[in-house]
Amino acid sequence: MCLAIPGEILEIAEPAAGELPIGRVTFGGVTKQVCLAYVPEARVGDYVLVHAGFAITCIAEPHAREILEHLASGLSQGHDP
Amino acid sequence: MKHLDEYRDGPRARRIAQAIAQATTRAWRIMEVCGGQTHAIARFAIEELLPPQITLLHGPGCPVCVTPAEILDHAVALARRPEVVLCSYGDMLRVPGTTVDLRTAKAEGGDVRVVYSALDALALARARPDREVVFLAVGFETTAPGHALAVHQARREGVRNFSLLVSHVLVPPALEAILGDADHRVDGILAAGHVCAIMGWTEYEPVARDHQVPIVVTGFEPIDILEGIYACTQQLEAGRAEVENAYPRAVTQAGNAHAQAMMQDVFEIRDRWWRGIGEIPRSGLGLAPAYAAFDAERKFQLTSSGAAEPDGECRSGLVLVGRIKPPECPAFGTRCTPDHPLGATMVSSEGTCAAYYKYPRLP
Amino acid sequence: MSSPPACPAPLAPEVIQLAHGGGGRATWRLLHEVVRPALGITGVSADAAELAVPPGARLAFTTDASVVRPIVFPGGDIGRLAVFGTVNDLAAAGARPIALSLSLVLEEGLPIDVLRRVLGSIAAASRIAGVRVVTGDTKVVDRGRGDGIYTSIAGIGVIAPGIDVGPHQIRAGDVVIVSGDVGRHGAAILSVREGLAFEATIESDCAPVTGLLDALVDAGTELHCLRDPTRGGLSAALHELAIDAGVEITLSEPDVPVDGRVAAACELLGLDPLAMACEGRLVVIVPPDHAARALAALRSRPDGAHAAAIGRVAAGTAGRIVATTVLGTRRVLDFAASEQLPRIC
Repeated sequence: MCLAIPGEILEIAEPAAGELPIGRVTFGGVTKQVCLAYVPEARVGDYVLVHAGFAITCIAEPHAREILEHLASGLSQGHDP
Repeated sequence: MKHLDEYRDGPRARRIAQAIAQATTRAWRIMEVCGGQTHAIARFAIEELLPPQITLLHGPGCPVCVTPAEILDHAVALARRPEVVLCSYGDMLRVPGTTVDLRTAKAEGGDVRVVYSALDALALARARPDREVVFLAVGFETTAPGHALAVHQARREGVRNFSLLVSHVLVPPALEAILGDADHRVDGILAAGHVCAIMGWTEYEPVARDHQVPIVVTGFEPIDILEGIYACTQQLEAGRAEVENAYPRAVTQAGNAHAQAMMQDVFEIRDRWWRGIGEIPRSGLGLAPAYAAFDAERKFQLTSSGAAEPDGECRSGLVLVGRIKPPECPAFGTRCTPDHPLGATMVSSEGTCAAYYKYPRLP
Repeated sequence: MSSPPACPAPLAPEVIQLAHGGGGRATWRLLHEVVRPALGITGVSADAAELAVPPGARLAFTTDASVVRPIVFPGGDIGRLAVFGTVNDLAAAGARPIALSLSLVLEEGLPIDVLRRVLGSIAAASRIAGVRVVTGDTKVVDRGRGDGIYTSIAGIGVIAPGIDVGPHQIRAGDVVIVSGDVGRHGAAILSVREGLAFEATIESDCAPVTGLLDALVDAGTELHCLRDPTRGGLSAALHELAIDAGVEITLSEPDVPVDGRVAAACELLGLDPLAMACEGRLVVIVPPDHAARALAALRSRPDGAHAAAIGRVAAGTAGRIVATTVLGTRRVLDFAASEQLPRIC
């Protein structure tokens, strides 16, 4: 139950009292309003995974890239742990 | 699309597939537990890249498939009430209850609407105080926080014409049920990455340890799935049985604390009936007493009819726990097809049987 | 003597009423004050139109009903869609249109301004396609029985000399070409449908393909088969051809042009761009030695700028479409029984 798509936060609206925090998130040029309540640390320019109208996590870019590059280089050398 | 396209790179996929082949010395059966992964494996024909010793099994990771027929019957009954607007995700529309599905209820005049988010249903409730908006809340832990927030917000705003018809299920109890069966033939498990983005992976450690089965948290793009399979295979070859995270860009060990807190506030754990499998204790969620006013079953006094689950030839229960693959069912492709399905695993586009039917393996 | 009471009924009704379909004066007024002027039809009205057909011409005849919702969408409306749908069916037969008929089924209560708008679109689209509506019919149904407005447009066309296209001409080894990016119309409709709305500048590709046909014919392209994909998108069009011709088609997914925003919208909703509706596109099947010529002819026009060779006809399993994925793996395309629904799984 897991269709979540990565998108970039373009804009974070200032919620009025009692309202949910909503942001505009773009997915490759398609923009949608997304609830950001579960990613309070997110900032404009960050990437989030969005599922059914809610951002469920921020995507950790540098951390992920490091690990994947490490894995990729290990694999291409026929690395066996 | 960034964070998507790079995980569909052909040469990189082939490198990982090669590493899997080099690492594999015997037959392994690896189960994934998410309809999204079932779909991706079929859509990208990932099995074609794997060595023949690796068999992929598809567990009960499709909440659409395991939603009890009775819940669909309740949804249809509600949709037929003139004051009700029944909102649902698209996946649920063609799943049959005991008799008809929501699409039929809509064709017969029921107000059934497909929504992308529970917040759309809440917005409709605000806009139409003259109608009762009921949202069919189906899903795993990935989706529950969003539903929880919608109800929490409804209560905060004093919206009274909004309720959820809840059919939420949890992954770890389902894994326990599958692995607790002495006849299970599962060697390793790919845990659903987005479920773990919410819940973290700590609750899988006792499962891995008690059943001596490696559990690898896995994403959904082809590269993610191949890396999950690679990590699982390496553990199996080395005789390890640990929880490992192959989806670090989205998943941390602790998960999303805010989402978990909201789920704990709005929901409580219940026993749940899984269509095709039966009752699994403490495997589902229901609304907590503080939110009873938003529980459609209470609001509309929906009672359990005790109606028998549609039986007959359908073997979706065996498919859902990985005991058989769809082509091993005698009715597959003959008496049971997407056009005239016998069970939910063929009706739902994420169901294992539908995936096998739509994407047959090529010689 | 007091003046007679003013008649309470409006002299110029703003909405369609049942009387408009009754065949009496209200019908006559609707036709002569709204419909015919909007379509540019002048002269004495007759029950049927006489057509001037070139001697020895081979005729193509087609019909298409339009029931699209919403009536208005980015890039067009039901009127524009209806005209181009019919014109494109003629183009797929290798024919240029010479006359259209228009049947309207109107729901009681439809605002007359909406009718005027749709008729205006029909007139404008007809002008773009180089054809006219020469005859028609109007009916009115009770409120609640009609969804606003339905149109049905039949078209007659003349097949270009020397052209004989159809599934019977398809041969193993033929190249499959598509004239532009796919799935745009479906995505444009979704972008305004309640419950699934997203902000996007995706406009429907609703357009006539007759110009593309002309370019292919003028370049001397040997054409085996043409098809204008609509509902069910590229996948449905290829399946129909493969079944009718008794062939297998192999498709290279990475080569199928898809606009980035359409691809993104499909990812968001869990839909397959290959099965999303198109309008204004042509699938062209040619022998391999004519593929380069066909591509050059299509790309010479702005509406064919993204034309691409996407597959081949093979002798394999009749009716089957085998797609090579971006990973280089192969899968069989599903011939979906019904419209895709957005999913969250």
